[in-house]
Amino acid sequence: MTENKSKIYLDYAATTPLDQEVFEAMKPYFGEDFGNASSAHQFGQKARQALDKARAQVADFLGCRNEEVIFNSGATESNNLAIKGLVYKTKIQKSNVKGQNLPHIITSQIEHHCVLDTCKSLQESGLAEVTFLSVNKEGLVEVSSLEKVIKENTVLVSIMYANNEIGTVQPIEEIGKLIKKLNQSREQKIYFHTDAVQAINYLNCKVDDLGIDLLSMSAHKFYGPKGVGALYIKKGTPVKKIQDGGAHEYDLRAGTYNIAGIVGLGKAISMVNKETADRVKKLRDKLISGVLENVPNSKLNGSPEKRLQNNCNFSFPGAEGESIMMALDMEGIAVSTGSACASENLQPSHVLMALDLKLEESHTSIRVTLGKYTSDEEIDRFLEVLPKVVEKLRKISGSGQEAKKKLPDDFGC
Amino acid sequence: MYSKKVLEQFLHPKNMGSIKDADGVGKIGNIVCGDRMTLYIKVKSKNEKGKTVETINDIKFESFGCAAAIATSSMITELAKGKTLREALELNRETVAKELGGLPPIKMHCSNMAAQALHKAIEDYRNKLKSKNEK
Repeated sequence: MTENKSKIYLDYAATTPLDQEVFEAMKPYFGEDFGNASSAHQFGQKARQALDKARAQVADFLGCRNEEVIFNSGATESNNLAIKGLVYKTKIQKSNVKGQNLPHIITSQIEHHCVLDTCKSLQESGLAEVTFLSVNKEGLVEVSSLEKVIKENTVLVSIMYANNEIGTVQPIEEIGKLIKKLNQSREQKIYFHTDAVQAINYLNCKVDDLGIDLLSMSAHKFYGPKGVGALYIKKGTPVKKIQDGGAHEYDLRAGTYNIAGIVGLGKAISMVNKETADRVKKLRDKLISGVLENVPNSKLNGSPEKRLQNNCNFSFPGAEGESIMMALDMEGIAVSTGSACASENLQPSHVLMALDLKLEESHTSIRVTLGKYTSDEEIDRFLEVLPKVVEKLRKISGSGQEAKKKLPDDFGC
Repeated sequence: MYSKKVLEQFLHPKNMGSIKDADGVGKIGNIVCGDRMTLYIKVKSKNEKGKTVETINDIKFESFGCAAAIATSSMITELAKGKTLREALELNRETVAKELGGLPPIKMHCSNMAAQALHKAIEDYRNKLKSKNEK
């Protein structure tokens, strides 16, 4: 822990530290209260009570009924269950158009891989037809473009609430209204799913305000433990379970309850508050203006206004992203990058590519994400270190201001 | 992920910059794969017992890329400086990686092009010399 004292964590979109109070709430369930919530005896019933309480905490946060909350292992599982589960259960009511009897899904090109790959997998297996909607330069899904691709056999629209890389906040309420309106005169109902992983800490997640049928979340993004998440499934939404076994979670998610984790999720979500979000937003604004003022030739990626309170994403042409990240790490500052050089498959981030960023800009991008433990002093320190790091790397690449014309060269790999 | 030597060379790269009147220039990489580097050499030739010996007298690099790309660039300049062209041509990506205490497997190809750039710089020097002699 002492080693961490001087370190600055600015990667809250990747994961957040477990809140001490949350940890305290979880502790008994690793020890004396170890019971299986499916058991009828007193050990089991104690666990059951904890499970019910956590479910009520989530339901309270979302403004839904308790039985509409399904606990599971995290957002990847939630998104898989929402999309696959709905497709497996949905029978296309009627289709006059040839070749259109498969369920049609609409999603965006900048979704998390667990949504994109789930959709691709259904498409490849011949179980669904998928439209991957493009976004505008700020990473926004345009509602009018979405409306245009809706078809007779559309069963699901899955659009993330806020993007994990560039922080763009999508017009979920507006999309919800559109779908509600269209559903009034459609035979095949369209269901609406949102991956709200990054949104829980910062945005209104009352499901009725949003007009959604399915919402995914993951506890470790809001100061809860890793390995536990939840899916909101509005009553009446057709979803078939994708992991077979016991009848846990209203027969929608088989597997013994991770009680300690679920308790942690419930406690963590009950602690989310607007004051923290407002404070983080102020720090973010300071960071963004500080970077744009102090680093020459820097650019903010994503939307300046429709942006998550804790997200910053920049490009610094001439200084490669992985190098910036490593150099900051050597200074004890943790950020992340969308550069191809830092990814496991050496591909640049699909999100940045969907924004139509120049390759140079995606290779030189870094993401800085703040959280409730971020202090004013930490932002000051970041703003002191970053300009030096970028300047040094630009010097090494020979692409200082005076040598900008050198950049687009291609010398053959 | 990176060895201590890689991080050291990345944080304190040697011989960075360009040489205006370089005798040979080697460029490698492109913006699609992300890494690009330019290597500059100055060659000194002297006569030893009737034979011409060409030595790399000065060497500098410019590198846009990840930490591994910068470290390998710096390392190649250290390895090549003072070497004869013949010796320098024996340096390859394995030599560079070994000197750096190893590289992550994924970085072995794309971020380890420094030796190639050196070979190109030597080739450039020889081509220039040839056309000069022909004149």
